[in-house]
Amino acid sequence: MDKPQAIVIGAGFTGVAVAYDLAQRGMKVTVLERGPLVNGTSGRTHGLLHSGARYAVDDQESAIECIDENLILRKIIPQVIEPNGGLFVALNESDMAYREAFIKGCADCHISIEELTPRQALSLEPNLNPKLITAFKVPDGTFDPLRLAMGFAASANALGAEIHLFCEVQDFILDGMGNVKGVKYLDRSSNQIKKINADIVINAAGVWAGEVAGHAGNIDLPIKPTPGVMVAYDQRLCQRVINRLNEPGDGDIIVPQRKMITVGTTSFEADNLDYIPVFDDQVQLMFERGCELIPAIKHTKERGAFMASRPLLDSGTKGRSLTRTFKCFDHKESDNVDGLVTITGGKATTMRLMAEKTVDLVCQKLGMRVPCQTAEIPIHSYRKFHLAHNQEVA
Amino acid sequence: MTQTWHVTYEIFRKKGDQSTHYDRFEMKVDPDEYVLDGIERIWAFHDRSLVFSHACHHSTCGACGMVVNGVEKLTCITPIRSVTKDGGVIRVQPMRNFPVISDLSVDMTVFYQRMESVGHQPVVSVGFEDSKGKLDSEDDLLRLSDCIECGLCISACPIALTTPAYLGPAVLAGAQQSGDLNPCVLELVDSENGAWRCHSAYECTEVCPSHVDPAWRIMDLRKKLVARRIKKFFGVK
Repeated sequence: MDKPQAIVIGAGFTGVAVAYDLAQRGMKVTVLERGPLVNGTSGRTHGLLHSGARYAVDDQESAIECIDENLILRKIIPQVIEPNGGLFVALNESDMAYREAFIKGCADCHISIEELTPRQALSLEPNLNPKLITAFKVPDGTFDPLRLAMGFAASANALGAEIHLFCEVQDFILDGMGNVKGVKYLDRSSNQIKKINADIVINAAGVWAGEVAGHAGNIDLPIKPTPGVMVAYDQRLCQRVINRLNEPGDGDIIVPQRKMITVGTTSFEADNLDYIPVFDDQVQLMFERGCELIPAIKHTKERGAFMASRPLLDSGTKGRSLTRTFKCFDHKESDNVDGLVTITGGKATTMRLMAEKTVDLVCQKLGMRVPCQTAEIPIHSYRKFHLAHNQEVA
Repeated sequence: MTQTWHVTYEIFRKKGDQSTHYDRFEMKVDPDEYVLDGIERIWAFHDRSLVFSHACHHSTCGACGMVVNGVEKLTCITPIRSVTKDGGVIRVQPMRNFPVISDLSVDMTVFYQRMESVGHQPVVSVGFEDSKGKLDSEDDLLRLSDCIECGLCISACPIALTTPAYLGPAVLAGAQQSGDLNPCVLELVDSENGAWRCHSAYECTEVCPSHVDPAWRIMDLRKKLVARRIKKFFGVK
């Protein structure tokens, strides 16, 4: 029997991880991405490999997913990770009031932490605010966003998956009953309309997943795009991720990478997802909040400022309290449209797990019994990623 | 917006086999925005067919290298103010010395293969990379290495322009960084298309947005290659 054909829409973290897992389980895979790799939310992350500690108090399901996947990614793709850990730092009484809940939350979620004296914390990170009251070591890390995606894409390539960049899906091909049988897309690099038939289509378009699913009819996905700003500064003022020990809030994290640091982030709601402007007042807020944790930011040049829109799941609450976990929708179940699955929500850190659960569902729908192996197999070098053959240029 | 400038983006266009041309877009911008912000707005609001590469928007990924008013720039960290004036032009072209996929995007496949074959290390100890390999520190802290593989140095290199066979600055700098000059790497770099082809124009170091200093690294690689040959001549291991 021929391998079943799967189409993945979107080459963000979720899309490339799904493509890799589908190929690993024996499917013929085509990825269609309207822009370059990780041009949306995934590329524009500050690159935090979550220990889960940030969510250990309010969102323990996400926290546990994060720590488990953090350990797996360190093992399978160390080529893109700065594995130096992180600190949660308390600067005032309000921060200290969060301490007990933080310790308990991390214990509940099996996140290993260690409390440091201010002197110990300052010896690890001399640029920290010297007025810190306490600090906890956590197993955070940082990753390079483009190379994380390229690694999964390279592993998918090695198993025969084709990744078509600059190919924007315009419509689904439907059968007489409204089930999805393939897609029609515009190849933007040649200006040609093309079609592919498929046994299954996986919508991994992140914040744009609702727009994509809409091509199949009146499908309502509970996604709440929630942008936030990040500001990069021109010096590596810390070696580890620095978090504010408190409820999740604006400007509560500093992520080092290469020779710079990035301060994030805010949380609001957006309408136009294709272009979210960087607001000056939010950049100023990142600067002020960043200076509270590392005062030397005051004397550092801004290197870049950018916005990214998280595809959070809407559980009827607002902004920060939206869950960071993910959900996979079989549109046969929810909308009586067969042949289409949507995966959305989640974090960069949980990309592999999101793919595993999505492909479990796809296998179940197609009657295949193949276990997931992506947690054990090392990812190929990111430099082995290549474009689909018909996109190569002379 | 603190200030508003009117600038004209002149964008290189290429679709399939059609002939190439430039499209002009009159834009209102804040001079402190980055060149990439304007290009992204052209795509979002004026021309959805525009093809360009970008990902992280803060100079860690190296995806958005382009030629801006004749000079190689990482567009996500290049303030508009630094390349034009109010009423001025921003001419954007794809990088030189790479095959163009479409418009402003180029194919980096061969470049990535070369970085891989010289053994450039993507993650190294902080002390080692900060000292450009002079200190072999026992630091247990690791970081992503300086080279973001953006290709700007290859685009700016006058020798890369003469032949695609030349490995180019980032690749030779990658061999210097890895330090592992095994026979396979030596065959690549100790050769006419390797370290000896460089004419020390230093354009690569001039345009590098990420502290790599490829020209210095190529000179350092030559020193290592010469030292090797001398030792070999005298039979020293």
